[in-house]
Amino acid sequence: MAVRPKNLQEARDRSRNNAELAWWVFMRVSGLFLVFLVFAHVFVNNILINVATVDYNYVATRLAKPGVKVFDTFLLGLAMLHGVNGLRVVIGDNIRRPGLRFWVQVVLIVVSVGIFVAGVMTLWAFSYREMGDAIRDLTSGH
Amino acid sequence: MQISMKVRRYDPEKDARPHWQEFNLDVAPTERVLDVLNQIKWELDGSLTFRRSCAHGICGSDAMMINGMNRLACKILVKDLGDKITVEPLRGLPVLKDLIVDMEPFFDSYRAILPYFINDDPPPPRERLQSVEDRARFDDTTKCILCAACTTSCPVFWTNGRYIGPAAIVNAHRFIFDSRDEGSAARLRVLNDANGLWRCRTAYNCTEACPRGIPITKVIEETKRELIWQRM
Repeated sequence: MAVRPKNLQEARDRSRNNAELAWWVFMRVSGLFLVFLVFAHVFVNNILINVATVDYNYVATRLAKPGVKVFDTFLLGLAMLHGVNGLRVVIGDNIRRPGLRFWVQVVLIVVSVGIFVAGVMTLWAFSYREMGDAIRDLTSGH
Repeated sequence: MQISMKVRRYDPEKDARPHWQEFNLDVAPTERVLDVLNQIKWELDGSLTFRRSCAHGICGSDAMMINGMNRLACKILVKDLGDKITVEPLRGLPVLKDLIVDMEPFFDSYRAILPYFINDDPPPPRERLQSVEDRARFDDTTKCILCAACTTSCPVFWTNGRYIGPAAIVNAHRFIFDSRDEGSAARLRVLNDANGLWRCRTAYNCTEACPRGIPITKVIEETKRELIWQRM
């Protein structure tokens, strides 16, 4: 049982932050944004072009554009926050032992931050030109 | 009318786990499930245990799961259920014996939202007047009888017993939207807890279960909106 106030004074004394409220609002707003972002993503990557013709060059030139980098970072961040917060709530509901619940949530957050950092690094810190050169070197026998 | 009633039995002194027991009876179609349970208790098996008090849908004692839905045994007629009826205790609360569950966690949540009128101003000589519109604002939620049918139909409450539950939110709504009451801030603070209002995922089970016809999910959403406007 959660500790619940038994009288008015206890309820008044209880300092509360708005974290759960903020997350709840965030889930609604980000959900709405994600619908448009994901549709734009699918449209650009699957409908605007023929998927069969996608090759390294296409991806490399596309990802070299700053606008695409910003869009993808935004999409990745929002999708991760939205999904991970949903999982946090599911874990909070379904794992009853407080200690286990805490550690499963710690693992979730560590893994998620790792995925997010790897994604952002791939988008921003990776040189597509160099990678392209490396592949050309490999395929031409050097 | 010949019916078979399956009842989920559990006697903590004898049984390791609950089991089903079937009773075959001859009842009138216009009888209520409560009448059938009484007939079993009085004529077939005196050990059958269940709560009932007023037997007219007001005291809220005999909420139970009947054919998979939470209802009051005193409000549902046999003819509306057919000749096969299953009766189980409410879900999500510890079963004490047969159809009796421990209501204490439920009332803990109820007490937490301060379910009484709060106004420190000295009362006027006669009464605290209120307009018809102001009274209508919370009319739905005055109808709660605390039977626990809503809270024990909630899938979030089933998995997470720390969730404050729809019944407590309904009773908080009763005072939060009362123009004469001044305790809203304290109540909203309780509901703003991690296991408060925000756990509701609008499954609508509570609205379907309520024997008093309270639009509970709507009430919960109204309370969420009020909390957001007050806090942001």
